[in-house]
Amino acid sequence: MRTHQPGASAKLAVRFGVVAFLSVFFAASCGGAPTSATSTPASRFPVSITAPGGATVTIPRRPQRVVSLSPSATEMLFAMGAGPQVVAVDDQSNYPATAPKTQLSGFTPNIEAIAAFTPDLVVAAEDTAGLVHGVQALNVPILIEPAAKNLDDTYVQIKQLGAATGHAADADSLVASMRSQVGSFVASVAKPARQLRVYHELDNTYYSVTSATFIGQVYKLLGLTNIADAAAGAAPDYPQLSPEYIVASNPDLIVLADTKCCQQDLSSVAARPGWRAIVAVKSGQVVPVDDDVASRWGPRIIEFMRAVALHVQQLEKQAA
Amino acid sequence: MLSIKVDAAAVPPAVLAGMPRLRWGWAGAGLLALAASCGVGVLVGPVHIGVGTVVQTLVGGAVDPGQANILWSLRFPRVVLGVLVGGTLAIAGAAYQGVFRNPLADPYLLGAAAGANLGATLAIAFAPGTSVLGVNVVPLAAFVGAGAAVSGAYALGRSVTGLRSATGLILAGVAIAAFFNSIQSYVQQTQTSSIRQVYSWILGRLVTAGWDDVLLILPYVLLSVVAIYLHRRLLDALTLGEDEVTSLGIPVRRVRLIVVVAATLGTAAVVAVGGTIAFVGIIVPHTIRLLVGRSYRVVIPLSVLFGAAFLVLADAAARTVVAPAELPIGVITAFLGAPFFIAVMRSTRAAAL
Repeated sequence: MRTHQPGASAKLAVRFGVVAFLSVFFAASCGGAPTSATSTPASRFPVSITAPGGATVTIPRRPQRVVSLSPSATEMLFAMGAGPQVVAVDDQSNYPATAPKTQLSGFTPNIEAIAAFTPDLVVAAEDTAGLVHGVQALNVPILIEPAAKNLDDTYVQIKQLGAATGHAADADSLVASMRSQVGSFVASVAKPARQLRVYHELDNTYYSVTSATFIGQVYKLLGLTNIADAAAGAAPDYPQLSPEYIVASNPDLIVLADTKCCQQDLSSVAARPGWRAIVAVKSGQVVPVDDDVASRWGPRIIEFMRAVALHVQQLEKQAA
Repeated sequence: MLSIKVDAAAVPPAVLAGMPRLRWGWAGAGLLALAASCGVGVLVGPVHIGVGTVVQTLVGGAVDPGQANILWSLRFPRVVLGVLVGGTLAIAGAAYQGVFRNPLADPYLLGAAAGANLGATLAIAFAPGTSVLGVNVVPLAAFVGAGAAVSGAYALGRSVTGLRSATGLILAGVAIAAFFNSIQSYVQQTQTSSIRQVYSWILGRLVTAGWDDVLLILPYVLLSVVAIYLHRRLLDALTLGEDEVTSLGIPVRRVRLIVVVAATLGTAAVVAVGGTIAFVGIIVPHTIRLLVGRSYRVVIPLSVLFGAAFLVLADAAARTVVAPAELPIGVITAFLGAPFFIAVMRSTRAAAL
């Protein structure tokens, strides 16, 4: 009677599949080695760009058919004015609305489907399923811009994409504008009398982010204490927190990055057992943010930072 | 399914003569284990709360409102949920093993896990945050999915082998599970934004809606446990073999149907709130068989007690091992359960397996 074994092994296989897929997913969000820009004169092709892995990508002429498989890269390209050169973006690239969204996937890329767009430059966030090898076989340059660890990584990636698409000067001014806005947000939050605690929620199973992540860096810049940092020993980037711990930590600010995935808001958070006792819930300092904005490392991080800085200012006013 | 009267009267006493009854000593040990694990369950967690505070809270004394809030809103319901989920998974496993006379049978045998996973994945991906009649749609979808998968397996098995043999039913369950798993994988693959929640779900966890979940599943759990408990003698009789039992006048197919429906109902209910927690349904009944005895009059009641105790302890570990982060409880049940089970097997050197 061994009839159950196929079922059991199938179940296990599914579980391992999930784990494997998830680790890829997390790897995508926590990034690899820091990227490095090459100083290339604007719009003079061919340009060579040194990818994070160390390999150098040469782009022979100004690309007119860019395929982006990374939502963050898509946002960067459109923000610097390279949008007209983009012919296809992946199924997750939902911003800006004018981006030519397709069925292409950055998680399970299909080389033939990419080739069908006859690209002259492919941009992606990770090399999965033999993507780089496959695209190179088509003699198409491919640039991997992995998940940024901090704002500096983002600036470097914007400049690389600017150089790669002939928008070096536009990219420089985009970065300059971002830098100055970040500076003003940081200046706008005076050093608080006491440390304000923040809880950032990725979904309603209480996955959170530590200061080691891109979004965690933003909280750090704003002088907030991240309650997830205590769990960094368990998972350095994205720990799943115990609800008991969240309630006991009594955060001053709760940022909900699960408004789209899980439809969370102040009332659904207040309805959770025991959560009404949290000071952020009592005082209404529960900030709903767009899941996508909070999980990408593109130019819209400025919007996110503005929203959080506003609440930090309010909290400081209350405390004063 | 409520014709539970086919019980002891239907089983000639001679059939059960050689099979041991449950001794009071073991029943007491089971109750003690359950009480001890509940004690551990309410005392440990990422937030330190002393024994005195817990006792004060229970008797309604004056305690820090923050700690009382954590105990009443989060920790107590979680321990009770652990009791219900663990007890039900273990008794359902024992019941499936008895009905199918298959030592590898578990509560998910006929596709309950695959169905629940598909239902939950669909709800997480396409109907996030919605609720029906005040109940979150995810457990409802999981419940419906588990029920649909097992019903499908039952109908398929019945149409193929007419339920004469349990093998047809098991194979139908395997096929249904594979089919549901493939759809689930596809949905998950296309809805990458919900992958973390789905992953959380599949590995199981008892972090849920507190007392609401306890009340939600309590009726199903009680019905399931009572129905299976009342059939423990018939399960013993079934060990004689189908033909012999039929010749004694016991309606084998009806017994099988009732027990399978009861076990499935309980499984679907607990999986709906706890996710597909692995291994409890296999390890607990077999450990009892090895240590105490093979009779279902022993295995069924002790499975409830020790299954509940085991899951409460596993959950205490899930929220303390990497505190203040959490581990999925399915990771703990298999990680602790498998070595323990191997140790029991080695020390008893049971030829009976």
